[in-house]
Amino acid sequence: MTNAPIETLSTAVEALKPELPPGWRRYFSFSTDHKVIGIQYLVTSFVFFLIGGLLSMVMRAELITPESDLLDRSLYNSMFTMHGTIMIFLWIFPSLVGLANYLVPLMIGARDMAFPRLNAAAFWMVPVFGILLMSSYFLPGGTAQAGWWSYPPVSTQNPTGNLITGEVVWILAVAISGVSSIMGAVNFVTTIVRMRAPGMTYFRMPAYVWAVLSAQLIQLAALPALTAGAVMLLFDAVAGTAFFDPERGGNPVLFQHFFWFYSHPAVYVMALPAFGIFSEILPVYARKPLFGYKVVAVSSLLISLVSVLVWVHHMYASGTPGWMRMLFMFSTMLVAVPTGVKVFAWTATVWRGKLRLDTPMLFCLGAIMMFVFAGITGVMLASVPVDIHVNNTYFVVGHFHYIVYGTITMAMFGALYHWFPKITGRMYYEGLGKLHFILAFVGTNLCFLPMHLAGLHGMVRRVSSYDPEFAFSNVLASLGGFLLGMSTLPFILNMVGAWVQGKQAPDNPWRAIGLEWLVSSPPPVENFEELPVVVSGPYGYGKSEPLVSNEAALKPH
Amino acid sequence: MDSSITSDQSAQPVLAIANNPHGHENHGSEEHDHAGNSMFGFIVFLLSESVIFLSFFAGYAMIKLTTPDWLPPGVEGLDVNAPTINTIVLVSSSFVIYFAERALKQNKLIQFRLLWLLTMGMGTYFLVGQAIEWSELQFGLTSGVYGGLFYLLTGFHGLHVLIGILLQGVMLGRSLIPNNYAGGHVGVDETSLFWHFVDVIWIVLFCLIYLWQ
Repeated sequence: MTNAPIETLSTAVEALKPELPPGWRRYFSFSTDHKVIGIQYLVTSFVFFLIGGLLSMVMRAELITPESDLLDRSLYNSMFTMHGTIMIFLWIFPSLVGLANYLVPLMIGARDMAFPRLNAAAFWMVPVFGILLMSSYFLPGGTAQAGWWSYPPVSTQNPTGNLITGEVVWILAVAISGVSSIMGAVNFVTTIVRMRAPGMTYFRMPAYVWAVLSAQLIQLAALPALTAGAVMLLFDAVAGTAFFDPERGGNPVLFQHFFWFYSHPAVYVMALPAFGIFSEILPVYARKPLFGYKVVAVSSLLISLVSVLVWVHHMYASGTPGWMRMLFMFSTMLVAVPTGVKVFAWTATVWRGKLRLDTPMLFCLGAIMMFVFAGITGVMLASVPVDIHVNNTYFVVGHFHYIVYGTITMAMFGALYHWFPKITGRMYYEGLGKLHFILAFVGTNLCFLPMHLAGLHGMVRRVSSYDPEFAFSNVLASLGGFLLGMSTLPFILNMVGAWVQGKQAPDNPWRAIGLEWLVSSPPPVENFEELPVVVSGPYGYGKSEPLVSNEAALKPH
Repeated sequence: MDSSITSDQSAQPVLAIANNPHGHENHGSEEHDHAGNSMFGFIVFLLSESVIFLSFFAGYAMIKLTTPDWLPPGVEGLDVNAPTINTIVLVSSSFVIYFAERALKQNKLIQFRLLWLLTMGMGTYFLVGQAIEWSELQFGLTSGVYGGLFYLLTGFHGLHVLIGILLQGVMLGRSLIPNNYAGGHVGVDETSLFWHFVDVIWIVLFCLIYLWQ
């Protein structure tokens, strides 16, 4: 570079600025912009949410009567397998990663993730393995039917003798999902550790970022165990090995160890970002700082740590020795402590706050209530004597649906409403939002509460027919389920309608404190005109300290 | 943010602008340690990858200690001699690649390429030796749980050795482009780290499969 005049330099540089395709085409392109990728994840995962939801509607239709009178039993097996698999790997994981993708760089004052192309590659694997999984419906033997856990020896049965079975496709889809997740985890951890804005120390990061960091650390530490187990299962299914075949020296319980060593921490990968969402939203709508922010931040890491030490509580009825069951009962109950710390913090945050019960707040409050209930049933399940009685019954199904729907999905809805103005630049319709909340809250409780009763009385899970003594619980659950299904309609109407023709949103419609609220709605490419210089901690409600020292420089003049 | 794991990268904002994949050329005053981020991410990835092998090791140990049918009928054990030589070659190649890296840091490109090529050769020797051992064994993948575990573990490791050699090939090719490594060579550093990783995994595998019989 020699003595080029400043004017020509800037125009040449302007021409090099990344141009995104206009309008909707942007979201179908291989964009490396974290905001585009975040939206791609969110929309893709929502489509799969609808598919998984449709499956659950059919299942509830079957279960509204005690007899197996709607579907062939094998088809029912395929349904609960695909429902669980789709909801976990194609709704919860991608939607949470999508939200994190959108928010984390903004919240830490970065222009993008550390590895933008890796980010895009990780996203595009999702529709690929989603379509792969759905394609198993077209195989002669249908989809996998061994439940989303895919335990051998059930999962390694192959009566038709075909090489490509639904189970094999399932394993491949889950494997690709794992690769995508690991890529994302490397990206998030690198971004959060190395790309925070000047002045943003770890204890000035929003609690949501702590939650995402903790969740992604779990992914890195535990997901490879599932990979190992899945590889061995695949070999057993197609190559005739005997890793899990007891007749030839293998051990089926070993698969359970591999599977749950990941899948238990996985539930915290799902729950931690939901907790992070509560920690972000409650202060805004109570106009109070997050109570005990530092403790909440550290509790996320503690949960990560303890969560890898509890997996055998899924195997109390698998012939595990008594000492092992005792050990894991102790560790499982221990994980309730950092989790409980968060619940106390959220309660203290809203205590005597000036509450605005807008839709995001309603979803978060409702979700926290349902989480407390789920936490109680969780501690019940942690207890070996209780679990021996209710293991594999609808009690467990009720418990985890209060978590995955009642807590995580409701948190997700709250987040989508809360950040909708920021992401789209438009306001959603508040009336429809409140309607969605009421229907979802009533529907969730009506659907999943009776399951606890049925489970305590002995109704096992994964069955399409049951003893008529459980009929009442099941009728209630099915009605609740249908209500839940219908509650999605005002949500879709709201999101699509408001995105297309909602009122323009200001930069900060909620008057919230946070780096993402200091830029336009939606934020420009590369987020900040100048990187923010952070001078105080988060949630400065009621304090007169500014968040950054160069607020005016963050947006173009 | 510590930069002790970055490779030497000369501070040339002009080059940074030209080679910047993020497109924010008009923010040239910002510091972006892309090489440091890349190495950090790679280390994080390797830590995660090691958990796959740790899981396999745990599975191997658990089955070996609890199964009633361990060795397949007719098999008494593994010959340790040839694998020991392979191990010595592979472990030595880690030293060779270290010297190659050092040569590159001192800008001695010829020496770098020679030592790098030698590393690739030693890695190939290891793989060929493994293939020969496989061909001479009296049991297969489906010979009970022992056969499955043996071929799965050594095969998975061998796959990583192959990937390491291929990565080294790419880095060697890139070194032929004039001045390519003048501004930094995080790819070479990462490939080298990967090779050490593969080596450590093998040492554990060797002890588990060949020494603990």
